[in-house]
Amino acid sequence: MPPANPPKVGLLVTCLVDLFRPAVGFAAVTLLERAGCQVTVPSQSCCGQPAWNNGDRTTAEALARTMIQAFEGCDYVVAPSGSCSGMLRKHYPELFRDDPAWAARAAALADRTWELTRFLTDIMGMDTAIPGFAGTVTYHDSCSGLREMGVKEQPRRLLASLPGVDLTEMQGADVCCGFGGTFCVKYPDISTHMVTEKVEAIVGTGADTLLAGDLGCLMNMAGRLSRLGHDIDVRHVAEVLAGDPDTAPIGRAEG
Amino acid sequence: MQPHSADFPARAADALTDPDLRRALTKFKTGFPVNRARAVANLPEFEALRDAAKAVKDHTLSHLDHYLEAFEARVRDSGGHVHWARDAAEARSIILRLATERDARLIAKGKSMVSEEIGLNAALEAAGIKAVETDLGEYILQIRGEVPSHIVAPALHLSKEQVAADFRRTHTHLPPDRPLDQPTDLLAEARGELRDVFLNADIGITGANFLVAETGSTIIVTNEGNGDLTQTLSRCHIVLTGIEKVVPTLADATLMLRLLARSATGQEITAYTTFSTGPRRADDADGPREFHVVLLDNGRSALLGTEMQEVLRCIRCGACMNHCPVYHAVGGHAYGWVYPGPIGAALDPALIGVKEARHLPNASTFCGKCESVCPVKIPLPKIMHRWREVEFERRLSPPSVRQGLWAWALFAKRPRLYRLVTAIAMRVMGWMGKEGAFKSLPLAGGWTGTRDFPAPQGRTFQSLYKDRRHG
Repeated sequence: MPPANPPKVGLLVTCLVDLFRPAVGFAAVTLLERAGCQVTVPSQSCCGQPAWNNGDRTTAEALARTMIQAFEGCDYVVAPSGSCSGMLRKHYPELFRDDPAWAARAAALADRTWELTRFLTDIMGMDTAIPGFAGTVTYHDSCSGLREMGVKEQPRRLLASLPGVDLTEMQGADVCCGFGGTFCVKYPDISTHMVTEKVEAIVGTGADTLLAGDLGCLMNMAGRLSRLGHDIDVRHVAEVLAGDPDTAPIGRAEG
Repeated sequence: MQPHSADFPARAADALTDPDLRRALTKFKTGFPVNRARAVANLPEFEALRDAAKAVKDHTLSHLDHYLEAFEARVRDSGGHVHWARDAAEARSIILRLATERDARLIAKGKSMVSEEIGLNAALEAAGIKAVETDLGEYILQIRGEVPSHIVAPALHLSKEQVAADFRRTHTHLPPDRPLDQPTDLLAEARGELRDVFLNADIGITGANFLVAETGSTIIVTNEGNGDLTQTLSRCHIVLTGIEKVVPTLADATLMLRLLARSATGQEITAYTTFSTGPRRADDADGPREFHVVLLDNGRSALLGTEMQEVLRCIRCGACMNHCPVYHAVGGHAYGWVYPGPIGAALDPALIGVKEARHLPNASTFCGKCESVCPVKIPLPKIMHRWREVEFERRLSPPSVRQGLWAWALFAKRPRLYRLVTAIAMRVMGWMGKEGAFKSLPLAGGWTGTRDFPAPQGRTFQSLYKDRRHG
């Protein structure tokens, strides 16, 4: 059945946005509505990725079932995250490969799951973002967004549509920042080394704002930037695309 | 080789503060990847070749018994011998027997990771047989008593100054004031030292990059020509390799060769590509009088028919480690065994046990770069993930991780409770973190030791959204 017009989009808020930075969720709602979607926010907890990545299949399955049920009535599932959308799209089908009934439901949901910027551009045909933010920015390609969800030029295209935004690319924008979910606390030395190199690349651009599409990576980079004393704002790309200049940058006090 | 993979965290910490290694890795990470990208850009059909190579390998692995037996029959037809080794100990004893039967005193060795896997040099030495590595990198490591830190560039962790010092220390019969500043000086000196080894070796041992079932040929690729001298000048050539190296036809082998060097070093083809088919024939001008192939299983066949089978497609190009940010951070020795980097994280648990290798599949951010450059499209993160499941099932994952997951799942599985608890927790954290970020947090030292922890805004999205909808 083709999606309704306007399509009903379930917002997969993601744990980190829900808990730490609701501004990203509201930016996503604004953008999706601007693109002509009817947005709904099913009651949700976590997609199960921490359990899945640590080999705890039973917990991951339990959480995935809850999420599949919560979003089944939606034409699309959209997340302001490549990592969480990748969990639904790539890993839910793997999770239920031995359970035909749930495998079918997981596959049906996977096919309709998208990362926010790619959904806005490639599915909804949005070509201009909402003006309101100005500054020089650099954009980090989060690994799951880039390699699991095919997000590369879509956020850049939308950023380019904003009159006050200048994008300067960093060296190795597609190199992992060292977050890796629980990796960053399981192997903190290696993670710190990786994010320190990322910080050097960010600082090297001279940009005043760092953007990315995944809050985990952003919190990691923001935390290292501020610990090393660099005065660079860090924001989720959705905030900039939704024209929100008011929310304090990640890790900064309001007002 | 004795594994040290269980010490990964400590070895990684040492690696991160080793200034020589830092210099070497900084240089390394911009070398091979740039060359590979250029080579790939110059070959429009590269992606199609990857698919074709994957298909060839999948087919071969699905009929591995057939192709290995065909290979054995062809080797025998051409006058050679095939020996089957179930594990490292069997492989060592086969080679020791071949050596002692021939009263061998000196063995020339081409580069072979499988020989590292079975600890061959130590076994030969214990039997009073001198084995000399003839690949320059391996020769340097042998002098230093080290193991390779990379499967293609074994001594990449060393600087030319370190090598010059090693040569002065070891080659005491040469003038002490000789110049050793240039790589060419080092190369010339090693070549001089190795000449006698090539000429006097009783046996030459090489690995194999590929085995060809239809012809019984073994193939090696090198850039130094040492492999050719090793295998053609001695009376007896022993090829030591893993059972997964077989491909059905010569055409398949050439397909693999088009991918191998481009993926490894960014060369279109290596300086030498050598096919060996049996011992010297009556009218051959040179070549060994005997040709033996030792085929090692050592845990490989146990992967057949499992989700991990795909790891056996590996052609040992090293592209995964060349592009891995974790390998770039810690280098190869931190992994504590023969195969480092993403391929090691996927393969080592099968070869040395999940318990010993438990850190390796976890020491990955699942960034996916390795899979994106693998010439045979091995889903390395997926295989590492599968090992993590095995670890979790066998309770090998750290108690802190298990307990953390349990506590988190307690709430996450109950969305209403989860929303209630998180709404309160974020209010508290938001209030406590009014400065915007935490410099330290209880139980989060892994993060806050080196990073500030951004504070939450204070309300959860779900509670705010509900208020706005109803407000």
